[in-house]
Amino acid sequence: MEWEIVMGLEVHTELATETKIFCGCSTAFGGEPNTHVCEICSGLPGTLPLLNQRVVEFAVRTGLATNCEITRKNKFDRKNYFYPDLPKAYQISQLYLPICRNGFVEITDADGNPKKIGIHEIHMEEDAGKLIHDEFDDCTLVDYNRCGVPLLEIVSEPDFRSADEVLQYLEKLRAILQFTGVSDCKMQEGSLRADVNLSVRPKGQKEFGTRTEMKNLNSFRAIGRAIAYEANRQIELLEDGEKIVQETRRWDDNKGYSYAMRSKEDAQDYKYFPEPDLPPIEISEETIESIRSAMPELPEQKKRRYIDELGLPEYDTSILTSDKAYVSLFEETLALCGSPKDVANWIMGEVMKLLNDTATLPENMELSPKDLAAVIQMVKSNKINRGTGKTVLEKVFTEGVDPEKYVADNNLAQITDLSALRPVIEEVIAANEKSVTEYKSGKTQAIGYLMGQAMRALKGKAPAQEVQKLLHEILD
Amino acid sequence: MQIDKNLVMYLEKLGRIELSEEQRTASEKDLQDILTYIDTLNELNTDGVEPASHSFPVANVMRQDCVTNTAQREAVLQNAPNEKDGCFVVPKTVE
Ligand SMILES: [Zn+2]
Repeated sequence: MEWEIVMGLEVHTELATETKIFCGCSTAFGGEPNTHVCEICSGLPGTLPLLNQRVVEFAVRTGLATNCEITRKNKFDRKNYFYPDLPKAYQISQLYLPICRNGFVEITDADGNPKKIGIHEIHMEEDAGKLIHDEFDDCTLVDYNRCGVPLLEIVSEPDFRSADEVLQYLEKLRAILQFTGVSDCKMQEGSLRADVNLSVRPKGQKEFGTRTEMKNLNSFRAIGRAIAYEANRQIELLEDGEKIVQETRRWDDNKGYSYAMRSKEDAQDYKYFPEPDLPPIEISEETIESIRSAMPELPEQKKRRYIDELGLPEYDTSILTSDKAYVSLFEETLALCGSPKDVANWIMGEVMKLLNDTATLPENMELSPKDLAAVIQMVKSNKINRGTGKTVLEKVFTEGVDPEKYVADNNLAQITDLSALRPVIEEVIAANEKSVTEYKSGKTQAIGYLMGQAMRALKGKAPAQEVQKLLHEILD
Repeated sequence: MQIDKNLVMYLEKLGRIELSEEQRTASEKDLQDILTYIDTLNELNTDGVEPASHSFPVANVMRQDCVTNTAQREAVLQNAPNEKDGCFVVPKTVE
C-alpha cells in the first residue's frame, strides 16, 4: 500500500527582547543560575505581571510577515499545571484570542510548484525554567533564568507531506524571524524549537490517522531524521495490523530513535481561564500600520531586489538570503567594494567552504566585511591572484590577520614590473630543452608544461596572461 | 454542576496535594456552595451585553523593554526551602 505522511508543526521561538515578558529581568543567555530572576518571574505571591510592549510589537511583525490577520482585541489566559519549571504553577499564554491567525508561508512542493503552508495561529506566552538532574544527591535543581522569557508559538495547519517541506518551511520561518529582528533563532541555545505532529494514512484517504507528537528536536538534521523514523514506525505498525497510540515521543538524536514519554495522565487538563492580572490589549489600525511601515526588508523582498537591481542570478539570491549573517556580510562588503557578482561568488564559494571546514555556524562567523572587501579588491586589481586571495582569506578567517599586511609581510603581491619576468622565463626555457624541442616540432601542448614551470619559478606571483605572452614571444 | 468525592480527588491530583477524609468532605461542601453562589449570576439577563473577562474598562497597560532588575540571587534563594549551586532544589522529577 502507498502511504501518505501528514504533519503539522508547533514552533516556539524566544524573542530578541532585552527583558522578560512580564518583568524587567534581562533575557541574556548563559548567565549564572538564577541571576536573571526577580519576585515576579520567581512567582512570589502578591506580585503582578506587567506586559513588555515590545513583545506585542514583535508578535505583530511576525504576523504581518507571515500574512496573518491581526487580532484587534487580545487577552491572555492562564494554563494551569503543577511542575517545578513554572514557579507560579501556571503559564500565562493565549488560548481563546491568539494575536495572529490565518496566515501562510510559501514553500516549493516536490514538483517545483509553489505551495502555501497555512499558519493556524501565533500566540504570545512565557518560557519555563530549566530543570537539571543532580545525580549526586538524586534531586532536581531549578534555574529560573529562562522563566518568563517571551515566546511566540507558531502553529501551522497539518499541511506538510514530506520532511523536505518541513525543513523548507523552518528555513523560511527562521529567515523571517531573523530578518524582522524578532528572534536570533539559535537552535543550540533553544531560541528556536520545533515539535512535529505526525500521522500516516493510505494515499487517497480523506480522514487523518492517529497522530503522535515529537519533542526535543533541536537541529534541522534531527528533525529530518526523527520524521523518517516516526513515519516508518507508524507504517510498520499499521501494516502489521496494529494501532497507533496517541502519545508524546521524545527523540534521542545520538541513538537515532524516539520513545514514548511517560504520560502525565491527567496533567493534560490545564483548566484554562482568562488571566485576571493582565488587562486586555487592543491593537489599533494605526499601530499595525506603523509596525508595517517600520518593518525591515524580508528575505523574499531582498531576493527580488538582488535580482532586479544587482542583476544576480536567482540561485545566488536564494543562497545569500537563506541566513541573515550572509545578507549582512554581502550587503556591507558590497557597500565597500562594489561588484555584486564577485562578492556573491566569494561568499558562496570560499566563505561557505571555510564555515563548513571549521564547522562554524554563519551567525558565529567573525569575518568582517572590511577584510573580505580588501581581499576581493586585491584580486580585482591584480595585486594578488585568485589562488593567493583564497589563501589570504583563509588566514583572515582562521587567524584574524589583516589581509593587506599579510600580503605585504609575506611578499605575496604580484610582480608588476614586467621586465623582471623575461630573465626568469628565459632560464626556464634554457632548463627545459626537451619540452622546447617538442613544442617546436608541433606538439603545442608542451607549452603548458613550460607555463607551469615558469609560474612555479615566479612563485605564482606573475599575471598568467603576461607569462604566456612572453613564452610565445621568445619561442615563436 | 455537581461536586462529588471523585471530583475532589481528581482536583487533589492536579494540585499535587492530599486531603484527609474530613478535609475531603468539607471541600466537597465548600466547592458546591461556591458553585451554587456563582450560579446566581446566571439569573441575570445578559442579552445584548458583550462578553468580558475583566471588570474595569482598562486596556493596554504595558512597560518599555528596559532592564530594571539587577542580579539578586541571594534574595531570591532566601525563599528556597533548599538550595544548591545557586539553584532551587526540588524532589527528583522525571519526564
Ligand atoms: Zn523577573
